[in-house]
Amino acid sequence: MPNRAADLELAAVVKSYGETIAVDKVSLKIPAGTYCCLLGPSGCGKTSTLRMIAGHESISDGDVMIGNTIVNDLPPARRGTAMMFQNYALFPHLNVRDNVAFPLKMAGVGKAERHQRAGELLGMVDMARYAERLPAQLSGGQQQRVALARALVTNPTVLLLDEPLSALDPFLRVRMRAELKRYQRDFGISFVHVTHSQEEAMALADMVVLMNDGRIEQVGSPREVFNAPRTRFVAQFMGSHNIVPDGERSFAVRADRLRLSASPGGVAGTRATVTDVEYQGMTVNVAMRCADGTDFLATLPEAEYDRMPVAIGDEVAVDWAAADRHELAA
Amino acid sequence: MTTTPTSGAASPPRIADAAMLPSGAETAATSRRRRTRGGAYWQAAPMALVFLLFFVLPLVVVLVVSFWQYNSYSITPAFVFDNYAGVFDGCLASLPSLCTTFATYLSTIKFCLLVWATTLVLGFTIAYFLAFHIRTTTMQIVLALVCIIPFWTSNVIRMISWIPLLGRNGLINQILVGSGLVDHPVEWLLYSDFAVTLAFVHLLTAFMLVPILNSMMRIDRSLIEAARDAGASGAQVLWNVVIPLSKTGITIGSIFVVTLVMGDFITIGVMGGQQIASVGKVINVQTSYLQFPLAAANAVVLLIATLGIIFTLTRFIDIRKEL
Repeated sequence: MPNRAADLELAAVVKSYGETIAVDKVSLKIPAGTYCCLLGPSGCGKTSTLRMIAGHESISDGDVMIGNTIVNDLPPARRGTAMMFQNYALFPHLNVRDNVAFPLKMAGVGKAERHQRAGELLGMVDMARYAERLPAQLSGGQQQRVALARALVTNPTVLLLDEPLSALDPFLRVRMRAELKRYQRDFGISFVHVTHSQEEAMALADMVVLMNDGRIEQVGSPREVFNAPRTRFVAQFMGSHNIVPDGERSFAVRADRLRLSASPGGVAGTRATVTDVEYQGMTVNVAMRCADGTDFLATLPEAEYDRMPVAIGDEVAVDWAAADRHELAA
Repeated sequence: MTTTPTSGAASPPRIADAAMLPSGAETAATSRRRRTRGGAYWQAAPMALVFLLFFVLPLVVVLVVSFWQYNSYSITPAFVFDNYAGVFDGCLASLPSLCTTFATYLSTIKFCLLVWATTLVLGFTIAYFLAFHIRTTTMQIVLALVCIIPFWTSNVIRMISWIPLLGRNGLINQILVGSGLVDHPVEWLLYSDFAVTLAFVHLLTAFMLVPILNSMMRIDRSLIEAARDAGASGAQVLWNVVIPLSKTGITIGSIFVVTLVMGDFITIGVMGGQQIASVGKVINVQTSYLQFPLAAANAVVLLIATLGIIFTLTRFIDIRKEL
C-alpha cells in the first residue's frame, strides 16, 4: 500500500475551555511509521490532544505539524489524518461497502471506482463477504474492522484511534489489539492510539506518551517507561511497582524483584506483615504492610512461593538488590 | 468468524440442558410458555378493545352506510353504489373540464402539497437549528417549548388572530398603504389561497417539527464528526447523513400534516371567507342536509385519496423498519 508516511509534531499545544486548561503546552514528536499510544487516566487531556490533531477540536495555542505543514487551520480531511471513533461511528443507514466508500464519495470519486477501492480495503480487513450488510448486523469486532477500512480508504499519513478497543469484550480486545498492530506494520504509517489501559499501551506501542493533568509525564518505549518511571505518578500508573519513601524522596522497586524471607533470624531487609495472598496461576501476589504504613506487593513465581509459603498475618522480611532500586523525581 | 467463539460458548450448555431435562419438566415448561403467550394477548386486550371500539367500528359503520339508500326524508339499509355514482356524477362525461368533485379534490390536494412542502422546509430547518446549533440541553428545551406552547391555545383563535393583520384595513395593508408602497390595499392577503396556506402552515408546522426534532436528537453526534473527518462539507453532511437519518421523523410529520389538511374544513372556511371549496366542507354540508349515505361515500373516497398520498410518502421510507 503506497502511503506518504510523515512525521507528526506538536509544539506547545494548548487546549483551554474558558478557565480550565485541558492540555497544557504539550510538545511531542512522533516519527513517521510509529505506533504511539497516548496513555493516561480519564481527564488527563489525551483525547483532547488527539482531537486537536484530528481537527475536531480547535487549538487554543501552539502548532500541530504533519510533515512540513502546519495544519492548525486545515479541516480534518485536508490534514492527511483519519480518525477511528470510539464507537466506530459507522453510518447506520449505509451498508458496509458504502460506509467504507463514504470518504471517496465525499471527494467526488465515481461509483465504480470507489466501490472497487472499498472492496480492496474490505478484502484487506477480511470483511469482503459482509459488504452488503448494515452495521447493525455486525459484531463489535467486525464493526471495528469496517471502521478501520473506512479510515484507511483515503491513504492517510496518520491514523488516529480514540479508545478503539474499549467497546469490545476482553477476549476480542486481545485479538483486535494484535490485528491493529499488524495493520500498522502493513501500512507503515503512524498510528496514534488513545487508551487508559497501560496493558494495551505496552502491548502495542513503539512509543508510550503518558499524560496526567494536561501534561506529558514521560515519553519512551514501553520498556523504558516501565523500567525507569520518572515520577511517582508514572510508577503508580504503570502498576507492578512498589513505591518506597526514603526521607524527602521516594524510590520504586518492581513487584517481581522483591525477595521474601522468614522474618526472624536477623535477615537484612524491611520487616512487614502479610495482609493478602492472591493466587494468579503462574504467579502469586503477596501484599504486605510495614510498621510505618508502607505497602508492598511482591509478585512471586509459583515455584518461588512454594519454597516459602506465607499466610495472612505472617511476619516476613522484604528485600531487593541494590540495582533494582529506582529513584523517582517526585 | 468473530461470532463463532460466542455462539460456540453459548450453545453446548443449551444442548446439555435439553438433554438433562426430564420429560415431565419439559411438558411443564411447554405449558408455561403457552400460558405466557396467552397472557400477552390479555395484556394487549384493553388497547385492542379501545382501538376496535373507537377506530375500527366507526370506520366500518361509515363504509356500510356509504352503500345505503336515502331520499329527502328517510335512510334505508341497502347495498347500492348510487352514492359513489352520485359523488362522481357526470365527472367522466364532462372531462376534460373538471366536475365539482374533481375540482374540489384538486383544490384540497393543492393545499395539501403546498402546506406539506412549506411545513417540511420550516419544520426541518427549525429542528436542524435546535438539534445541531443550540449547544445546551436547557436552551434546546426552552426553544422547543417556545415553538410548542402556542399550540395550547385554540386552533380557531390562532386562525382568527390573522384577520386583523391581513384584512382589507388590517395592519399590513395600513403599513403598505401608509408607506406608499401600494396605492390600494392588497386584496389577496385575506380570504384567499394565500391566507388559507398561511394559516395551515401556522397551525401545522409543529406537527412536522416535533417528529423531525425527535429523529434528529437521536443522531449520534460522532456520526457528524465521522462525516467531517471523511471530508464532507456542511451540505454533504446534511444530504448524506442528517436527512437520511431524519427520514422517520419526516415521514411521521408528513402523515400528520397530510391527514390534517385533507380532512380540514374549518381553516379553509374561515381563512377562505367560505369561498373556497374543500372535501371536508362538502362532507360537512352533506351531513347537515342529513344526506348521511352520500357523506359517507364521500368520506370513503377521501380516505382512499389520503391513504394513497400517505402510501406514496411511505414508499419514500419503510416506516415499519424504523418504528
